[in-house]
This record gives sequence, structure tokens and C-alpha cells, in this order.
Amino acid sequence: MATRQSTFLGRILAAPSILVLFLWMIVPLGMTIWFSLLRYNLLDPGNESFIGALNYEYFLTDPAFFTALGNTLLLVGSVLLITIVGGILVALLMDQPIFGQGVVRLFIIAPFFVMPTVSALVWKNLLMHPVSGLFAWIATSLGFQPVDWFSNAPLFSVILIVAWQWLPFAALILLTALQSLDGEQKEAAQMDGVGPFSFFFYIVLPHLARAITVVILIETIFLLSVFAEIFVTTGGGPGLATTNIAFLVYAQALLQYDVGGASAGGIVAVVLANIVAAFMVRLIGKNLEA
Amino acid sequence: MAVYSVRRQVTMTILAWIVGLAIFFPILWMVLTSFKTELDAFSTPPQFLFFHWTLENYAEVQERSHYFHHALNSIILSFGSTLVALLFAIPAAWGMAFSPTKRTRSTLLWMLSTKMMPPVGVLVPIYLIFRDLGMLDSRFGLIMVLFLGNLPIVVWMLYTYFKEIPRDILEAARMDGATIGKEIIYILAPMAIPGIASTVLLNVILAWNEAFWTLNLTTSEAAPLTTFIASYSSPEGLFWAKLSAASTLAIAPIMVLGWFSQKQLVRGLTFGAVK
Amino acid sequence: MGSIQLKGVTKTFGNTSVIPHVDLSVEDGSFVVFVGPSGCGKSTLLRLIAGLEDTSGGEILIDGRNVVNEGPAKRGLSMVFQSYALYPHMSVRNNIGFGLKMAGLPKSEIAAKVEHAAGILNLTPYLERKPRELSGGQRQRVAIGRAIVREPKAFLFDEPLSNLDAALRVQMRLEIARLQKSLGTTAIYVTHDQVEAMTMADKIVVLNAGRVEQVGSPIDLYERPDNLFVAGFIGSPKMNLIEGPIAAGLGAKTIGARPEHITVTTDGTGTWQGTISVAEHLGSDTFLYVDVPNAGTVTVRTQGELGLKAGITVGLTPDPARIHRFDNAGKAIR
Ligand SMILES: Nc1ncnc2c1ncn2[C@@H]1O[C@H](COP(=O)(O)OP(=O)(O)OP(=O)(O)O)[C@@H](O)[C@H]1O
Ligand SMILES: [Mg+2]
Repeated sequence: MATRQSTFLGRILAAPSILVLFLWMIVPLGMTIWFSLLRYNLLDPGNESFIGALNYEYFLTDPAFFTALGNTLLLVGSVLLITIVGGILVALLMDQPIFGQGVVRLFIIAPFFVMPTVSALVWKNLLMHPVSGLFAWIATSLGFQPVDWFSNAPLFSVILIVAWQWLPFAALILLTALQSLDGEQKEAAQMDGVGPFSFFFYIVLPHLARAITVVILIETIFLLSVFAEIFVTTGGGPGLATTNIAFLVYAQALLQYDVGGASAGGIVAVVLANIVAAFMVRLIGKNLEA
Repeated sequence: MAVYSVRRQVTMTILAWIVGLAIFFPILWMVLTSFKTELDAFSTPPQFLFFHWTLENYAEVQERSHYFHHALNSIILSFGSTLVALLFAIPAAWGMAFSPTKRTRSTLLWMLSTKMMPPVGVLVPIYLIFRDLGMLDSRFGLIMVLFLGNLPIVVWMLYTYFKEIPRDILEAARMDGATIGKEIIYILAPMAIPGIASTVLLNVILAWNEAFWTLNLTTSEAAPLTTFIASYSSPEGLFWAKLSAASTLAIAPIMVLGWFSQKQLVRGLTFGAVK
Repeated sequence: MGSIQLKGVTKTFGNTSVIPHVDLSVEDGSFVVFVGPSGCGKSTLLRLIAGLEDTSGGEILIDGRNVVNEGPAKRGLSMVFQSYALYPHMSVRNNIGFGLKMAGLPKSEIAAKVEHAAGILNLTPYLERKPRELSGGQRQRVAIGRAIVREPKAFLFDEPLSNLDAALRVQMRLEIARLQKSLGTTAIYVTHDQVEAMTMADKIVVLNAGRVEQVGSPIDLYERPDNLFVAGFIGSPKMNLIEGPIAAGLGAKTIGARPEHITVTTDGTGTWQGTISVAEHLGSDTFLYVDVPNAGTVTVRTQGELGLKAGITVGLTPDPARIHRFDNAGKAIR
């Protein structure tokens, strides 16, 4: 294996993937950086001019940016919290002896296969609609005023939808990890008279640490750029209430045609993601070793 | 003890079914609604089972918005991009798993970190490049984008699967006179089939449900089901039943595929990090 | 034909030198065994010969041709791995025939050769099975079948029996030895099992820290160890190595006496007097561990039941003709 020939071959074989990914990263990124330094509007073609950091100044001092940043963090944080706590509870429940476990498993994993546009529309129109939605009917039957979710709690509504989509993922990975907790450890703990809560906090939770890391890592990758759910439900509104960074940049580029400003926003998004990524890579680098 | 266990099992079963159904409910409700007339779909109180079952929504969805056209696009895009990714990733994962160098680990982490780069960061140039090359709304262009987006995950997953294949066996093949190509075709690929299958599955699902690039780079010709559904988000008219039928059609293929393969899928999802 | 020569072969991994310098020649048709403690570089040396690792220096000649720049397939050797390394997704037939298929032989010829090899190894009833449906010994035989079917210049074995239980190991040991003799193919066999080495080898190569300590026939190594390492490594139980005044009295830094070359007396006679600390009765043999002043614990192997037990004082007399003497550098004084 470790002959010069095979080492050489290994590199040759890995090269195409590395090369295309590198290009995929560097070319658009380079262009984005370049555009971000220009005054560049698609509605005003041929008038591009170099304006240095002005786009960044505009983007970063725009209150919309801070709102979007706050929304992004809130969205990622809340969804992570809900899916991990919910996922642990679901996993603990699924780990019990239950009849028809296979079927329940299918129910639980189902939302993972639903494309974001579908889940957003179904939640918005069939469940959360203030007049004809099921939630409205439930509220009315119980004697309450139906909630107009997307007007009164827009970000929360989006969080709810996204959390529903990611709950299965968290639950199933945590369940897999939970099932690998060996039976003898449980029995030993029983013999020692460890109560269920101490057992959970001192034995189960540490055992799940690695799985939780994986969940955080993968969900964060996807949650940082949640787009479709916002696109089809609120369009970022009302006002900026559900605009995250991804949506803000999109709006700047393809709704206002401000390529320069959007590019600056894109770079800011990349920098933010890199901060998160650096943190993550360290986290998994440590936790996924061995 | 035994009595207690049975009672506990019954309690847990009831609880688990309630939780499972609650999680599944939005999908169930969507499917039910798709068989209602628009009037029933909108009625208060809602109709659970005893309504006039009809298939007219499905017919109309196909007629109006060409479901099959978009479904075909979804299939082409998700399988196409996964296939291209495999072509690049299998050799790469082979190299990394069986002739690792000092930098292999950091290369892998770097690959994964490109996945953390938010697509919006490169939306503008990609959009412009696509526009200038006439690749907006083209299947080829979108396959490339989806392929590049998924490549890190495919490489990483295959790498973890390949790592589990004992080197001895590949060395034995080499002693038996197999060249690298034959080694991959006759030994590695057949042994890694379960791993390759779960990689393919996960990536088909991810590509099927990808809704950033598909929404931004396609309009009709190459538009997959994500875009097809998004076109139902316009607020004029309340066509819940038709929306439900369209949604059901959009997720059904992938849901069935996912259900059949959930075991492999879960394992793949953990990147081999959780056994 | 299949003679193998190593000339000044070296191997380093990064900065660590695993094989500092090895010269060795393996004659055509002989059965050579590499022994040595764990981590001494036996597998590495074998893999260098196989072409699975590159040499860092030196030459490897197969039938007089330097092969260091050739890949494993071109060298015409075949290897049996410790883990067997069978292809799990192929039937026994395809496992054995894979090398022939790679060599591009016609199907009919492959079939004939596979049948023949399977016949020799009693594998005919299992040809259509997958490796996981075989017992350990059968898998072992498939691995051997895969090696012989290609009619290689030499077989390379890396601890092929270490995953088998004791009884099967003895049986396979005999089978391999017999097969090698009947085929007349050169074999290099790595083991750390002394008994395998002593019983199978025409020639044993004792390795220590990547160096060849001694090469010779089993009896040579037993009777005339070149140095302390070989003296201590070959033979079971280990040779007693005694330093201090007793050795000095014989003009050596260290003297060695094998447990089976020491006579026990209970009548007060004997070169050394000592107290039995432990007596292990194995039925045919008895191992005595005797504390001798100035010599430490001396192991003695006696035959039969002599009523010897712990606490008894005995006299020990080593056979003077079979005492080994070593100088300060650990080299044998002859
Ligand atoms: N690829 C490698 N990289 C670095 N060091 C290695 C490598 N392969 C082997 N070594 C080192 O070389 C030395 C010899 O290893 P080798 O496997 O040849 O030992 P061995 O004699 O076969 O031992 P054992 O009886 O335990 O199989 C060991 O110290 C080992 O750690
Ligand atoms: Mg070894």
C-alpha cells in the first residue's frame, strides 16, 4: 500500500475532487469579493465603478443587517435547542419497549424527506392559516381567539417549521447512539441503585456527546442558510421580522439588483460562516477522531 | 416485575404512537386534504375522513403545471448530480482511505468546510456566470451546482466506508495481479456496495430537496419539484386541495425511497461517527 | 525456480529505521522461517519482498533479477495473510481463481487449475460457498489455495496460523510443510511461534530490531547460538543465562545452560545447590524453578515424577559439553 506508486496514485485520484472543489470555492468567492468593491447595479449596466469598502459600510451600518444577523442566530440557536432536546426525548421514548416500533419510526423520520418548500406551504396554509388552518379550528373549539401566526409570531412560526423538519434527523441519530449504550452498563447502574435522573445525566448524556456533536455540526451547516422556508412563507417579512442573512443577500441581489451591495453581504455571510466553521471543525476534529 | 413491565410497555407504546402521529400529522393532513374537494378542504370544522374523496386535484395538478415534467427534472437532477459526484468521489475516497498522507485529514476537513460556506456568498457570481453562459434554467448547469454542493459529503461518507475495508484484502488483490482499476471494480466496489448505496440515497434525498439553487437558478425548463411547489405559494386564490395534491406528488417518490432505506440512511447521516 | 536474495535492504518509515540493513539469501525450494519478537520487522521484511512496501535502499533479487522497482504483481510471488484476506463477496472458486483471471487465462484453464488446487486442499465440496460460510481452517486452506494456484516462484506466509486453535494449528502446520515439499516451491514463513519455526524450517532467520541475528538450520540455532539474543530466543523453556562469579569462573561474561541439559540430584551432590521455589508437573515433564545463590532462578526440565516439590534442596549439574559461553558483547565464545 505504502509504495511510492500507490501514494502517487492516491494523490492523482484525489486531485480532481480537490481541484473542482477548490475552483468552486475560489472562483465565485473571488468574483464576489471583486463585485463587493464595485458600484454595480444590474439595472444600471455599464456604469460599474470601483468604490472600495463603501458597500461594506452600507451593508454593515444598515440596521437591516443587525436584524438579519439576530434573526439568523436566533433561528439557528432555537432550532438546535428544540431539535436536540426534542430529539433526546423522542429517542428515549423510542428506546423503550413499544409495540409497532417500526411503524412509529417511519412516522418520525418522515418529515426529513419533505422538501422545504412543501413543508413551509403545508404548515402555512393547512395548519397555521388564521381562518382555515387546523390550529385556528382547534383554538376556536377550545374557545380561544385563533392566532395569526405569520403576522403575530412570524419568526417563531418559521422556527417551528424548520425545527419540525430537523427533529427526525436529531432523533434518529441520537436513538442510534442511545442503542449503542451497552446493556451491562444499565444493569450495573441499576445494581448501584442509580436513579433514572442521575442515570440520564451521568451516563446517558455523556454517552450521547458525540452524537450531539454530529447533530450540531450537520444541522448548523444547513440552518445557517435556511432560505426556502422564508421564501415561500413570509418573503422575509413582515418588515424584516423573518429576514435572515441569506434572505437579505438574496433580496439585495435579485430583488434590488444591487450586485455590489449583495456581494458585500455575501462576503459578510461567508466570514460569519467561517467563524462558525472554524469553531465546528475544531469541535469535530476533536470529537470525531479515533 | 412482569406485570409492571407489561403496563410500562403499554404506556410507552401509547405515548410513542401519540408522539409519532403528532410528528407525522402535517404530512397525513396534507395527504388527506389532497383527496378533498376545494370546498371540503376549506371547511370549518375540518373534515377528517368522511368527506367526498376525489382524485380530481391530481388530474388538475398534472394538467395545469406539468407535474411529470418537473418530477422528471427532479429525478435527473438528483440522480445525475449524485452520479457525477460518485465518479469524482470514489477515486478520491480510495486515495484518501488507502494511501493517506499527512494532509489527508485536513483535506477532508477542508472539503467539509466548503459545505459550510453559505450559498448566498456566491449567489451573485454564479447567477451572473450562469446568465452569461446561458445556463440559467438548464439541467446541466444545475447538475453541476448540486454535484459540487454534495461532493464534500459524498467524499466524506465514502471515505468512512472505505476505511472499514481491511487493507489486507486489497493487498491480496494486488498480489493476485489486479491493477488499480480492476482492484476498484472487482474488489472495492462490490465490498463497499452497502456504503455506496447509502451514500447515493442520502445525496439523492439532499439533492431532491435542495431549495436554494433550484429556486434561484431555474424557472421552468429545468425546474424540479421544489420550484414547482414554490409556484403554489402565490396568495391568489385558496387552492388548498390542489396545493396538497401537488405537495403529495412532490414528496411521495423520495418518501417511499427513504422509508425503504431508512436503516442505511441513518447510518450514512452520522458520517460513520455514531455506531 | 525461485531463489531470493536481499542485498543491503533497508527500510525507514519517516524517520524511524525499521530495517537498518539486511543481507539474506533464500535458496530455491527451501523453507525459510523468519522469527523474532513482536515489532522486530518480520512483516515489514516480508512486505518488502512482496512489493507491498518500497525499500528505502538495497536490492531484492528474485532469480537474480533486481525487482525493487517492480510492483507486487510482476514479482511472481504469492502471499498468505494472517487475516486470510479472502474476498468476502466471492465464492471459494472465484477467490482461488481471481489471480488467474487477472492474468487473463482462459476460463477453462482457470476452472481446471482451481479444481486441481481445491482437490489438493480438500476444498472441492466448498467451492461454491462464500468465505463467511467456512470454518477458520477452511478459510485458511482457501487462502493457501489462492497462493498455490498461480504457481508462484515463492510463497510468502505472514503468521498464517495465528488465528487458529492449537489443534488445528498443528494439523495445518503439517499440511503446509507437506504441500511445500511436494510442490518444491520456495517459501518464506513469518511466525513468532518457536515450535512452528523449529519444525517447519529448513533454515531459520532470527530477527531482532530489524537486524538478522543469526541464520541457520533449526538444530544449528539450538546447539550453536551465535549470541545471547538467539540463545535466549530459541528453545522453550528459555535457556538459563547466568552472570557473575559462576560465569567468570568459566571465563565468560555470561554462561547459558538449557533447562533440559541440567541434571537434578537429591543426595547432596551437584555443581550448584539450590532450593526449589516452584515445581510444575506436566505429566511427562516436570519444570523446576530452583533458587541458586549467585545464579538467580534456574529453570530445570526433568522427566517423570520424582517427588520433587517446593522447599526441597537439590543439587544441579549442567552438562559441561553443552554449556554456552558469551563474551562482554554477548557473542558466543567457541
Ligand atoms: N506503515 C508504518 N509506518 C510506521 N511504522 C511502521 C509501519 N509499519 C510498521 N511499522 C513499525 O515497524 C516495526 C516493525 O513492524 P512489523 O509489522 O514488521 O513487525 P512484526 O515483526 O511483524 O511484528 P508482529 O510479530 O507483532 O507482527 C514496528 O515497530 C512498527 O511499529
Ligand atoms: Mg507482523
